[in-house]
Amino acid sequence: MDSPPSLLEQRVQATPSDAITLKFEDVSIAFEEKTVLDHVSFQLRHGETKAIFGVAGSGKSTLLKLALGLICPDSGSIFVLGEEVTAMKENDLFELRRRVGIVFQESALFDSLTVRENVAFRLLEEGKVSEGELEERVREALSFVELEHTVDLYPSELSGGMRRRVAIARTIITHPEVLLYDSPTGGLDPVTSNTIIELVVKQRDIYKVSSLLVTHRLQDAFTMATHYFDRAENAMKSLPAHARTEVPFSFLILRDGKVIFDGDLKELRETRDEYIREYIS
Amino acid sequence: MDIELISPADWIKGQVKSVQDYTLIAARSIANVFTSPRYVADTTQQADLIGWGSLPIVALTGFFTGAALAQNSGSTLQRFGSVTLIGQLVSLGMVRELGPVITGLMVAGRNASGMASEIGSMVVTEQIDAMRALGTDPMRKLVTPRVVSTVTMLFFLTIISDALGLAGGGVASSLFFGVDAHQYWSTAWQILVLQDVFMGLAKPILFGFIIATIGCYYGISARGGTQGVGRATTQAVVAASILIIMVDFFVTRLSMTLFGQ
Repeated sequence: MDSPPSLLEQRVQATPSDAITLKFEDVSIAFEEKTVLDHVSFQLRHGETKAIFGVAGSGKSTLLKLALGLICPDSGSIFVLGEEVTAMKENDLFELRRRVGIVFQESALFDSLTVRENVAFRLLEEGKVSEGELEERVREALSFVELEHTVDLYPSELSGGMRRRVAIARTIITHPEVLLYDSPTGGLDPVTSNTIIELVVKQRDIYKVSSLLVTHRLQDAFTMATHYFDRAENAMKSLPAHARTEVPFSFLILRDGKVIFDGDLKELRETRDEYIREYIS
Repeated sequence: MDIELISPADWIKGQVKSVQDYTLIAARSIANVFTSPRYVADTTQQADLIGWGSLPIVALTGFFTGAALAQNSGSTLQRFGSVTLIGQLVSLGMVRELGPVITGLMVAGRNASGMASEIGSMVVTEQIDAMRALGTDPMRKLVTPRVVSTVTMLFFLTIISDALGLAGGGVASSLFFGVDAHQYWSTAWQILVLQDVFMGLAKPILFGFIIATIGCYYGISARGGTQGVGRATTQAVVAASILIIMVDFFVTRLSMTLFGQ
């Protein structure tokens, strides 16, 4: 059943698809003299989802925290939604962060708050919505991740997969323009992983949200690159081979703090780089 | 397990950075009081946890400190036949020194550790990052309410501790030295002057600030999982206790300089 487009949908549809949502320019960062990111540059187009790969400790999560201004790079510039994150003060960043959502690796739900309070956190902080609207939006966000029944539970009473889904609900409740996922399927069983990947694809295809997705699981990325979300059937469907290049999905591979690949599925399959071929085999 | 050796220069740099970070947290916790958003509900909740929650231990320690002080003072005064002065000694001792210090140490043990472990756990589980990512300043939501409520509650807890300490001293004087209750309370009351009240009530304000900022600082600085949280908790109590005793000395000295002996 098609519902009329929301204000968010109207806005994103009005934005040109080649607009740049997020841009890293020559970004470097080191922790205790160990270089984690070394002159990293890439960009994320509007509506695109980019999967970030790399071995453990290659700086994938650091990259997401940099994009959100949670940490500062040693050099280089980062632009998000036209704002230079690297030149902003913490107080100004709070405003920008209201337009960007992040799902942390371990969910990072507030353990002393219920699922309802966690999901409503941002709305409660803003204090601009009525009690009725708040309840409705919490239900809507939880229904998106199919967890309406957990509304009064505490995070400790949920499974790992449910916590990730609640974290996604908490992130999307304010309809952010950019979503950052830090290993959303890490350590989960295949069925739960697939549910979460479906939610990511739904955000990409229905709401045209631009996303960076850190993952270790190649199969998740290939699923996203070869599937679309069918709104009518409310399910993820496989794309025919000829249509797969149209999916706004790309891969970014990090090695020793440097970007060694940034391209789409076709380019990835055609690469001659030995390391990448071994990585994806 | 290998022991990591740190060069003296790095150690000094680390200490200077710790002082700098603590100063920034302390300064921002005050500055946030004067700008919005203000978290009144969080402040009230913390005031309840710190004030009401600490009341039993503060009441008990205050009462028995006063009683012990009376016993010690009484046995000395008895040798000189001046046992009637017991109320004065208990009053001055409790209001100027023991009331604020004992209450400060009790609240530090209970709440600085609680703050460090709660905030530290939030740091290591990325909840603080999540809060920042959701557009909320953890300094405003977590630190400032704790500082405001600790300062306020410690002030009143100290008054209660002083009162119960005097009561404890009165009971001990009456039971062990046969001092008349009316005489005890009138001498205890008459000896107090402005300087004593100023000293006794200025201290809990400073001690409350120390307890909350130290607890929050060690919580925010926690690293290294649950072990790091445990370390931060211990360090918070130790640092807050030492600072309370040190600041007590300086405030006493300053007060004596300003008002005379």
